[in-house]
Parts: sequence; C-alpha cells; structure tokens
Amino acid sequence: MTTPNLPDPYGSNGGANLADILERVLDKGVVIAGDIKINLLDIELLTIKLRLIVASVDKAKEMGIDWWEDDPSLSSGARRRELAEENQRLQRRIADLEAAAPALEEREENQA
Amino acid sequence: MNELRYVYAVTRPFDGVLPDGVRGLDGEPPRLLHHGDLVAVVSPVPAGDFAEAPLKKHLEDLDWLTATARAHEAVIGAMTTVTCTVPLRLATVCVDDSGVRRLLDAGHDRFLQTLDRLEGRVEWGVKVYADPEPAPAPRPEPSEPAGGAPATGRDYLRRRLSRRQAREGVWERADALARTLHAELSQRAQAAALHRPQDSRLSESPGQNVLNAAYLVPRERSEEFVAEVGRLTPEEGGVRVELTGPWAPYSFAGHAGQPDTAGQAGAADTAGKAGAADREEAAG
Repeated sequence: MTTPNLPDPYGSNGGANLADILERVLDKGVVIAGDIKINLLDIELLTIKLRLIVASVDKAKEMGIDWWEDDPSLSSGARRRELAEENQRLQRRIADLEAAAPALEEREENQA
Repeated sequence: MNELRYVYAVTRPFDGVLPDGVRGLDGEPPRLLHHGDLVAVVSPVPAGDFAEAPLKKHLEDLDWLTATARAHEAVIGAMTTVTCTVPLRLATVCVDDSGVRRLLDAGHDRFLQTLDRLEGRVEWGVKVYADPEPAPAPRPEPSEPAGGAPATGRDYLRRRLSRRQAREGVWERADALARTLHAELSQRAQAAALHRPQDSRLSESPGQNVLNAAYLVPRERSEEFVAEVGRLTPEEGGVRVELTGPWAPYSFAGHAGQPDTAGQAGAADTAGKAGAADREEAAG
C-alpha cells in the first residue's frame, strides 16, 4: 500500500480512518458521466456526504473557524479580502481588550 | 445483462504487475481493461448489488458503504504504488466492457491531461486537532476557599474564567498552528487543498479537527515533506497533528480549482447532473 522508505502513518492495513476514506472516495476523484449510472448516484452520494459533514462544519463555524472557505491559496478574491479582514479582526480584538482592562484591574485589586 | 463493470481508476498502460493481494469488490484481483492509450481498472459486479435501485439502498447502509469504500480505496492505493492513477469517484459503474470503453473515449483528453498533471505525485493529508480538555488536568484546581460566604461567588467566577481562558488558549494555539503549517507546507507542495474539518463522531479521533488539508507532493520529495511536518509539530499539549498518506491524488484529480461538475462536455447537462449541482450549491 505504501511506498518503500516512507513512514506509514496510518498503519498498513485498513488503518486509515473511515472519514478520510469516505471524504476522498465520495467527494474527490473524477466524476465521469456517460454511459454509466452515476448521474442519479451523485444525488445519493451527496445526501450521505452532507449527513456526514454538516455537524462538523456548524461546530467549526460556531468557534469562528471558517477560514478554509476563503483561503487565499484557493481564491484570489480572498487574498485581497484577507488584509482588510485581519485589520478588522485586530481592531475588534483591541476594542475587546480595552473593554476588559478595567475589569482585569479590578480583579487584581480584589486579589491583592 | 446481470453483470456490471465497476471502474476504480484510469491509468496509462504501464509495465509491471498489480501488487499481490489486491482484491476488488468481487474478492478477485481487479482486471486491467486496455483501450487505446488508456487503461481502466475494473471489477465485474453483480447487477443485484450495483444496478440503480439496489445501489441506492446500499448507499444508505453505512456498513456496506464502509466495506465498499475501503475496497475501492485499497485498489486505488495499490495502483498508486505501481503507476500514476486517476481515481474515480465511488460507484462509477458501467454496463459491460463496451460501456467502460465509451467512458474512456468520452473522458479521453481529460484523463490524459490529469495524468500528465499528477504524474509522479502523491497526496499527503495533514490534520490539526484541538483538544481543549485534555484528560489529566494540567494543574490542580485551587482548593475551595475556607467557606467564606461572600468570596464564593467571586471565586466561582474566577475559576470559570481561568478555565475558559485555558480553553481559548488551546483554540488559539490550534488556529495559529493550522495557519503556520498550511503556509509552510503549501510552499513545499505543488498544490494544496483545504477540506472541511471532520466530525469527530465519524473520524473517531479525539479533539476537534481545525485543519484538514491535502498536499500534492512529488513522490521523491515525500520523505522531505514528512520530515517537515514532524519538524513543525509542537510538543505542547492540547494540540495534535496527524499525517496520513501517501494517498492517490484524490484531492487533485478534478480540474484544478474547478468542481468536478465543470468541464464535462456533453454530460453536465443531463437532468440528474444538474440536480446534483444545484443541491451542492444550495448546501454550500
């Protein structure tokens, strides 16, 4: 299964996790529609796929991690947006920190 | 008419033989169907399992899906060790050898372009997990204050705050590590793809997946790439890096930067196809 001289990070036999395999065989690779029965299947595969991933995406977005959606290496628009967004993010962060500063001082006084 | 052809992958004609012990969905070594300058890797499968209606039912069955997906991946993985392979999506089924030949004709130029692009390259998967609540508490909770009634509420809140800060610290480290890794590894790879984070219920990995990336790396530079991942992996707790591969270049088999549905002359406008594309958009 693996190339000689390379580590075998997922163990030689069936060690790769199911999520990795499904992700690749359902979602990646080439789809060719011709004299074959996959037209209908695309829809079926899609429902399975959605069922498998929806929860994780929502969870990640909840935590504010959604940068794969506009990663600069994937989209040129994202590259331009990125600086502006980082700027905004930093400004928000500063505002948050400033807002929190009095509370922190008070807490330290109380602890003293 | 009660046998269909399951197609795993497409390659160029190659020297050498399939690795021993490779079994297709029928439990036999897969067959190589030569057609012009392309080769399809196929297994006969029964229509009772793979015709439209039974397949539809089977795909809803996670156990069946798991076994099929693993067999599919195992065949492609084995092919990858002997030659450059374009993996096809799960459940690409043709009627008869003639159907496979038509498939190769229809996709001929595209297969050749993809093979040129992927020649000598493999895919490595890199994931970062954040595990904000490691099993052993890093430092013991400060003991309860000696029952001073007015202090209790404040202490409670302080404890809550410090726990939250510890948790946020892990998220921040994981996020920072994900960005660093992706930036560094992208430079060492010929292409990179970011996938959605995986649900831990499916991956059965502890922690929350924050980076799920794939990198296209020349085979002979894989060792270097793997070493680099190791070098960038921190020792600190709460954040974990996982490396998988080498995979067949699944994540890069579609046309670069375009969804699979694009660029399929004559096929993309069938009703089923269009329906799928619409849903994909709606879902995204």
